[in-house]
Amino acid sequence: MATDYVIAKQVSKHFGHQQVLNQIDLTLPAGMIYGLIGPSGAGKTTLIKSILGMEAVDSGTVKVMDTVMPNRAVMAQVGYMAQSDALYETLTARENLTLFGQLMSVPKIKLAQMIDYAAGLVDLTSQLDKRVSGYSGGMKRRLSLAIALIQDPQLLILDEPTVGIDPELRQQIWTELNKLKDTGKSMLVTTHVMDEAERCDYLMLIRHGIALAEGTPAALKQQYAVDTIEQVFLKAGRMQDANDGNR
Amino acid sequence: MRTMAIVRRVFKQMLRDKRTLALMFLAPLLIMTLMYFLFQNNTTQVASLGVHHVDQSVVNVIDTKNVTIHHYDSSQARKMIKQHDLDGYLTQKNGQLTITYSNSNPTNTSLIKASLQSGLVKLKMKTLVTVTKKQRAALESQQAALKKLTAAQTQATVTKLKTAIAQAQARGDQATAEKLQKQLKQATATTSSSTQSAKATSYTTKSHYIYGSSDSTFFENFLPAFLGFFVFFFVFLISGVSLLNERTTGTLSRLLATPIRRSEIIMGYLIGYGGFAIIQTVLTVVFTITVFKIHLVGSIWLVFLTNLLLALVALTLGIFISTFANSEFQMIQFIPLIVVPQIFFAGLVPVDGMASWLQTIAHIMPLYYGANAMTAVVTKGAGLGDIGVNLLILVGFMVVLTMLNIVGMKRYRKV
Repeated sequence: MATDYVIAKQVSKHFGHQQVLNQIDLTLPAGMIYGLIGPSGAGKTTLIKSILGMEAVDSGTVKVMDTVMPNRAVMAQVGYMAQSDALYETLTARENLTLFGQLMSVPKIKLAQMIDYAAGLVDLTSQLDKRVSGYSGGMKRRLSLAIALIQDPQLLILDEPTVGIDPELRQQIWTELNKLKDTGKSMLVTTHVMDEAERCDYLMLIRHGIALAEGTPAALKQQYAVDTIEQVFLKAGRMQDANDGNR
Repeated sequence: MRTMAIVRRVFKQMLRDKRTLALMFLAPLLIMTLMYFLFQNNTTQVASLGVHHVDQSVVNVIDTKNVTIHHYDSSQARKMIKQHDLDGYLTQKNGQLTITYSNSNPTNTSLIKASLQSGLVKLKMKTLVTVTKKQRAALESQQAALKKLTAAQTQATVTKLKTAIAQAQARGDQATAEKLQKQLKQATATTSSSTQSAKATSYTTKSHYIYGSSDSTFFENFLPAFLGFFVFFFVFLISGVSLLNERTTGTLSRLLATPIRRSEIIMGYLIGYGGFAIIQTVLTVVFTITVFKIHLVGSIWLVFLTNLLLALVALTLGIFISTFANSEFQMIQFIPLIVVPQIFFAGLVPVDGMASWLQTIAHIMPLYYGANAMTAVVTKGAGLGDIGVNLLILVGFMVVLTMLNIVGMKRYRKV
């Protein structure tokens, strides 16, 4: 098996007249946390949905686990956490986990064990039998993450995973993500919180559907001769605007 | 496997939503009960009729249990109707009866019309009877005179014959005596036959009903149509809103990020909500039959089957229509457009009598087929063979809508 979990080549996509993705190249090898950073509306979610095969791309190809997407069967190997908490509020957390476990074809005998594992990871074990309607925003976010982990996938695609989560828990989650990485799993994480970007192994800056810059956080800082990723982003953005103006 | 996971989820969600459950199971019973009492009371409707200077004989025959008579001293019908809130006003000038209807309530107008008509017919019959009675008396007296005459004549013949027989016997002429004896017998026979008088025939009616009984009411006749309508309405609403919720909360998109097939989601919905539709149907049908003592001619299983198919069509239609709505409110807006018109083509108004373009519309309404089949089973005892075509058309609706739903989900995932 190839070590690259995701290979996207020259991916373009537009909605109406608006170009949402413009010739994006992305390669995600095994054992890496790949960060997609950019402002809201930059095209991060569209890129993620194209990789999942939920959106059709206009041109270019996406391969996940060496399979050309869209492909339904490959989806079982991808843990996905959506930007909005898509949970069944009248069901308990355990019932939500059970449902998605069954949909992901987790064997019956393994399911209870996986629920305990995933709930433990996000610190929800004691609240498992409470209905989701009684959950706080942060708890819902954590449950969404637990659902993404339910089939123990090699590839995790997390869309804004730490929105609404308090700093302490965010710390815990990043610790867990790093542990998962050490077991050979890969993660594609979108964020617009810049200090989170520093924790990624590799970054891609997206703005107006264009990949402005990419590289490790250290390399990027060096390239733009600044101290923080935030400054990298601001500088790259200004350069993009200047180029647009010259055109 | 994945379908069953969806089914289990639908069941759990429904069972926890007590209000929706109550709406689905109790609301039809409540509406049925209301309708039952509303249409039962229709028979005791009474219209009020004002009369002015009308012959007592006429008033007597109009005065029935459906019409109450009030006497007034004015010939101004319009004014009196308005003043006393009457449904009609009857005046007489010589032999001419003039009736004015308020017509604010067409039912009461027709009640008075019917009473007046039947009363006048009765009156005509009465005069006819008195005339015939007089004629009969005259006829009878004539007959009596005639009888007397014939009796006298016969008496004379008999005496004549008797003396002739006596003479013949005295002469020892046996043959002549026997011949005369025969004549005598004949003569006496004619007398007895002529005493039979013509008796007037009086007619009585005895009614037989092929379907239903003399107790059949409006409610009973249209019950099957309403039964189908309620199942259709509630299942449409609940399934449509559920899928809409799933779309707006993002869970549908989340479901489609798993390897589930689009058809598995739709099938899960069909089985899950179909299960509740079955319970609703059984509850409503059993309730109306046992509590209201509705006479069910056909098989109860066919009623269940028809209702189930209707529910499945409503389910797929609800899911389909929910694609065009962005909120629950927009879903409700489809009810007057999609659901309410169906009731007009369910048999309340005979479709055969409609304009041809309306008949065409009727044939694209699922409820038209469902209600027709139900009415046939409940009131005429139709079998599977009689309603088979209707059921097949319902299955057709269901299959086409299911296909559209499965294809429609491509909007959320390309495979």
